[in-house]
Amino acid sequence: MSKTVALESVVIKFAGDSGDGMQLAGTLFTDTAANLGSQIATFPDFPSEIRAPQGTVAGVSGFQINFGRSGVHSPGDSPNVLVAMNPAALKANLTNLKPACTIILDGDTFTKKEWEKAGFLVNPLEDNSLDDYKVIVAPITSLTKTNLADLGLDNKATDRCKNMFALGMIYWLFNLPTDQTVDFYKLKFGKKPIILEANIRALNAGINYGEIVQANTSSYTVLPADTLTGSYRNITGNQATAWGFMAAAAKVKRDLFLGTYPITPATDILHELSKHKWSGVKIFQAEDEIAGICSAIGASYGGNIAITTTSGPGMALKTEAIGLAVMTELPIVIVNVQRGGPSTGLPTKTEQSDLAEAIYGRPGDSPLVVIAASTPANCFDWAFEAVRIAVEHVTPVILLSESYIANGAEPWRIKKIQDLPEIKIDPVPADGSWQPYARNPLKKSRAWVTPGMKGYEHRIGGLEKESGSGNVSYAPKNHAEMCELRRQKIEKVADFIPLQRYKGKLEKKLLIVGWGGQFGILYGAVSELQKQGKDIAFTHFNYIVPLPKNTAEIFAKFETILVCELNNGQFADYLRAELPQFSYLQFNKMEGQPFTIEELIKKFNHVLADK
Amino acid sequence: MEGALTNCMLTTKDFVSNQQVKWCPGCGDYAVLNAVQKTLVDLQIPKENAVFVSGIGCSSRFPYYMATYGFHTIHGRAAAIASGLKLANPALSVWVISGDGDSLAIGGNHFIHVIRRNLDLNLILFNNEIYGLTKGQSSPTTKKGQVTKSAPHGTIENPFIPGELALGAGAHFYARVPDTNVKLMTQVMLEAEKHRGFSLVEVLQNCVIFNDDVHAAITGKDSKADNQLILEQGKPMLFGKEMNKGIRLNGLRLEVVTLGENGISEKDILVHDAYCADPTLHAMLTRMKLPDFPVAMGIIRNTTSEVYNDLFHGQIENEKKKSEFKSLDDLFHSGNVFHVN
Repeated sequence: MSKTVALESVVIKFAGDSGDGMQLAGTLFTDTAANLGSQIATFPDFPSEIRAPQGTVAGVSGFQINFGRSGVHSPGDSPNVLVAMNPAALKANLTNLKPACTIILDGDTFTKKEWEKAGFLVNPLEDNSLDDYKVIVAPITSLTKTNLADLGLDNKATDRCKNMFALGMIYWLFNLPTDQTVDFYKLKFGKKPIILEANIRALNAGINYGEIVQANTSSYTVLPADTLTGSYRNITGNQATAWGFMAAAAKVKRDLFLGTYPITPATDILHELSKHKWSGVKIFQAEDEIAGICSAIGASYGGNIAITTTSGPGMALKTEAIGLAVMTELPIVIVNVQRGGPSTGLPTKTEQSDLAEAIYGRPGDSPLVVIAASTPANCFDWAFEAVRIAVEHVTPVILLSESYIANGAEPWRIKKIQDLPEIKIDPVPADGSWQPYARNPLKKSRAWVTPGMKGYEHRIGGLEKESGSGNVSYAPKNHAEMCELRRQKIEKVADFIPLQRYKGKLEKKLLIVGWGGQFGILYGAVSELQKQGKDIAFTHFNYIVPLPKNTAEIFAKFETILVCELNNGQFADYLRAELPQFSYLQFNKMEGQPFTIEELIKKFNHVLADK
Repeated sequence: MEGALTNCMLTTKDFVSNQQVKWCPGCGDYAVLNAVQKTLVDLQIPKENAVFVSGIGCSSRFPYYMATYGFHTIHGRAAAIASGLKLANPALSVWVISGDGDSLAIGGNHFIHVIRRNLDLNLILFNNEIYGLTKGQSSPTTKKGQVTKSAPHGTIENPFIPGELALGAGAHFYARVPDTNVKLMTQVMLEAEKHRGFSLVEVLQNCVIFNDDVHAAITGKDSKADNQLILEQGKPMLFGKEMNKGIRLNGLRLEVVTLGENGISEKDILVHDAYCADPTLHAMLTRMKLPDFPVAMGIIRNTTSEVYNDLFHGQIENEKKKSEFKSLDDLFHSGNVFHVN
């Protein structure tokens, strides 16, 4: 009899060659875990090459998932269980493993040729270098082959089922049901019964292998989470972003228009929206990044809810057009799913280094609204909020996401369209008082008038406009007035957003400041130290430009402010410019990887000890 | 009241904005403005349904002078912005106003792709073979060897033939007109607007300041009859002061022949068919240039094909009928949904 150990939460990582199906195995596991009511957070980590040379560390694709009953705020630092489909997958993850971690290896792949290709000098299975870990060496390749032998599949098709064998072992290890995964295959391969049979056989073979051969290893059960009641589904950040936009357009009762050009890691928003033309969404895959945003500006001028999606290099190309949207004061949302930069940089890795570009990166005094999503699921809310601000304040809005949350998944508590807040477009005055650049006194925004409206024919453009009439004007005082009005319009948005909140009660020593997609990890690290009674609090920003009105009030409560971000200090610099009365310490990371809770706790303790 | 309004015919005056026109005296742009205003009157397009979208350049100030909706955008991007506008509201009559620098240099990519898609827009290309607004640099249509401010030793670049580029990109409507023939221009604009799909009208436009008389050999009072072939649907391709010269197909080449010489009669002369699906002859006509040939004017190509915006909205309507989802709530609750009680 094997023992079963109950756990609060567990981190599992599937790692293999880019073609080994690790992303799929991870996603299927996530669905199963989520269905059982676990808290989950995932982190796919893959190379930008579609198929890097087989068996090399460069070609290793990973999918990490943290699931558990409580405290799951991030995909976790290092795995408790690593599945390594070949020596390269082991090599790529070795430095990040902690003692006592369980490693499941495909023993068939540890041939001299393969471990040499991965960069090992000796066979790691034979030199005691894995003694600190609980290693399960399973002949995954050969057992998959044996189990599928009579199906008449070729080697390639058989090898494709190895990921299911590995997934089966994980299901065995954590006592999880296979129904969800079997349903997935039935749906996907209903018309290809042999492939369906092969995958299910491999899955069951993995479970049987665990039960029979590894009967002495403990298996685990993860307790169900204490979560809010309701209906949930798994969602990635990019999917949630797409759905948030659809929800906002439905709420405004206008068509949604996406003008875009494919770029990693933003493309999945295009893919997702493209599936939903039934909802009326208009998809325009443009000839380049510039045409992507320009078509969106045209659609906004035409009265649609217009968005464009991109990542760093694409943002650079859209810059001039963003300036046009600022000048013409048209509502548009620009999504930047950040990746490592500059230039092509690290296309599949995460970073927060486009913040300064979003805030300042345009010629001329060119203010706009910048907001950032902070978890995969709340990409829905921030996409919705981006549209709300854009159309209610008639302005371009930059929505920052980042690779880490865009590709990561977590359960989303499903929202009903009728429960979402109303989005109110200012009515156009009908009494003849209307002028193209007349302004709402509270918001300083102009009315959104679109071609087709009789009696409102007017001309707009990139040249400076005369305040009110909107005619071209080069008058010195007018330009000064318009620059000021454009600035005020963005500043006034602060009157229409919620106040900033922070996690803490009586703390007064150290305030951790974060923004964007690193929320979960920062929250996890601060929670851990608060549990230990440390004098530490946490505030996390989603509204960047403008900042919530009470920001200074919160900062003033603390002796020390530490700003943590995945760049060289861009938010810290922005805060220095906006709120120069405070001093800011920085904690920065530029490795293309998210923070780890461990390194944050170490840093926070260090700062607390210094004070 | 409604009836009274509908009966009220629009006149040219209705399309003239309150802004002072600031083109140089004698600029060819005035003729285009007049022709376009006449066209909108001819078609009685409601002011609120016409939109002029321009890029950057002298011609791109055009929208300010029209009392319709107008959008003066950024350099080269008018076609992309107009594409989004047309897709947002396909009921609009959308006109792109652009120049040889705007559409063939900085906006070259959008130019070929908007043609490739066959979006239902009209693009008026003001071709003066020079950058006027930036005061006289070579453009992608400047003749090789011409001295300009940016090429004081003569430009060493080969010029584009705009129509050839457009036909290469799959244009279904292409016309060329000189800025000196408002009557022809108005006829062409009318057909361009009526054509379903993308329509390109190239105007050989004179820049009086930086490239004066660039088209003089074609448009000059004494030379125009011999140097222009004005194409008419179903009519033989005859030209010249006496209308005794014509275009004949000799093997795979065009040649100029004279009626009555070497036994040539009207039956030897090519008959213009702008509706011909095969663009080969249209491309040959487009490429004709002085001094060996007259320059072809009028509607060179006018064929029909599937229109992008029809397909675009057709897919959406089709999906609406087919979809298992009737609302976003249906979508959100589809697939793997789990309940926590």
